[in-house]
Amino acid sequence: MSKQVVIPFGPQHPVLPEPLHLDLVLEDEKVVDAIPTIGYVHRGLEKLVEKREYPQYVYIAERICGICSFIHGMTYCQGIEGIMNLEIPKRADYLRTIWSEYSRMHSHLLWLGLFADAMGFESLFMNAWRLREHILDDLEATTGGRVIQGSCKVGGVRRDISSEKLDEMASGLDSMQGELHDLVNVFLRDSSVRHRLKGTGILSKDDAYLQGAVGPTIRASGHSYDTRKIGYAAYGDLSFEPVVASAGDSYARCEVRAKEMFTSIDIVKQAVKKIPDGPIDMKVTGAPDGEYFARSEQPRGEVIHYIKGNGTKFLARHRVRTPTLANITPLVTILKGCELADVPIIVLSIDPCIGCAER
Amino acid sequence: MGLFSMTKMVFRSVSRKPATLMYPVRPAKSAAAFRGRILIEPLKCIACRKCEKSCPTQAITVDVKVRTWQIDRLRCIICNCCVEDCPTNCLSTENIYTNPMTVREGIEIYTVPPKPERKKETVDNSKTEE
Ligand code: SF4
Ligand code: SF4
Repeated sequence: MSKQVVIPFGPQHPVLPEPLHLDLVLEDEKVVDAIPTIGYVHRGLEKLVEKREYPQYVYIAERICGICSFIHGMTYCQGIEGIMNLEIPKRADYLRTIWSEYSRMHSHLLWLGLFADAMGFESLFMNAWRLREHILDDLEATTGGRVIQGSCKVGGVRRDISSEKLDEMASGLDSMQGELHDLVNVFLRDSSVRHRLKGTGILSKDDAYLQGAVGPTIRASGHSYDTRKIGYAAYGDLSFEPVVASAGDSYARCEVRAKEMFTSIDIVKQAVKKIPDGPIDMKVTGAPDGEYFARSEQPRGEVIHYIKGNGTKFLARHRVRTPTLANITPLVTILKGCELADVPIIVLSIDPCIGCAER
Repeated sequence: MGLFSMTKMVFRSVSRKPATLMYPVRPAKSAAAFRGRILIEPLKCIACRKCEKSCPTQAITVDVKVRTWQIDRLRCIICNCCVEDCPTNCLSTENIYTNPMTVREGIEIYTVPPKPERKKETVDNSKTEE
């Protein structure tokens, strides 16, 4: 056995958008163990639930993550609505679905860009982000916020989208599809990209399941596990199939995310066709008393909001299990046995979002 | 395919205008619905404190006695709650940002008109106590 050395990786590292620290135990160039540390950006948002009234807390829940903000706010609202047994108007459900899918597309395009950047493919990064700009523009025009939308509230949504705007959004996505295809083509067909990604960081089907991977990470290992299939919001009325790949390597994770954007476009188009007319919110009175687990599918995987109310305006407990936290255990497994030079790619391939993992 | 997958994209980019705007020479784009900053028409404000209560970040302070309405621009998250709750519609959202600042300031104080007089002044005083 050769001598072991420990190399610290992060919390500040060029490929890391957010502070994750890994102690990499190396034998020559091979990683034999990785010890993760988080805790650099803890903000104590869950505690604030005792200080802010539950309808106001939506804005804090949204700020758990800067990328999947809308879905955090929505899941929190679903939790409160679950405790209070509220049936929100159908139109609100559809609008939530549309904005969720827009968030997913913008998150995946962001990730594709960062991933290209980690590979050293700068122009691809710029192209991915240029397409993301269209998505952000639509979010801005419909919700009033580009990244933090603030359009969800307990009992429905705060803004309506006119039917002309909905049609415009659907046709905008249609015309974007061609360019998106070209972009995805580079990720999936380009020989240098394939060479870099194929076979790096393989997560086996069993490991993915046993270690509780979620989202694209588990779907890339051959499990068809997608929380949208439980049919929250309007997903129950729409037909779609989770994107699954079987190889379990970084390429498969990239493939799943790339193809999911087309599923999202399809879901938005179906939702635009089916959206019913009617009110977008309902009056909510009283305070939640009871507890609830709300689940939904973030771009990074399944998120769980646990909410416990005590009959007052202030909740007793709020706890979030974010997808990144669930994906760190499989990450450590795939890092064992890889080359040091592959570590940045592998870490980025699970799409780590430490900001929301620590809250 | 493998080697030339970027070609189409590159040619398209060459024949196109740049995707970025030369800010600040050209103004930044923003949608009409964009929430940039909160505006107040102080003359319409009745100092009812509804906005202060609905604000999740406690950015607004209304002084009923001195008759001022104050906002801390750095605390405000432009959630629009105050605009929705204001009974006299004196608040609105504008689609441009607050100007950047180099030191921590951003507290703006507006004077609102005194309470319309009702019968006797003594009654007035006790009410403004709150
Ligand atoms: S701004 Fe509107 S809500 Fe706030 S104190 Fe004045 S009138 Fe009341
Ligand atoms: S927009 Fe929101 S955060 Fe800003 S002052 Fe109004 S209620 Fe407070």
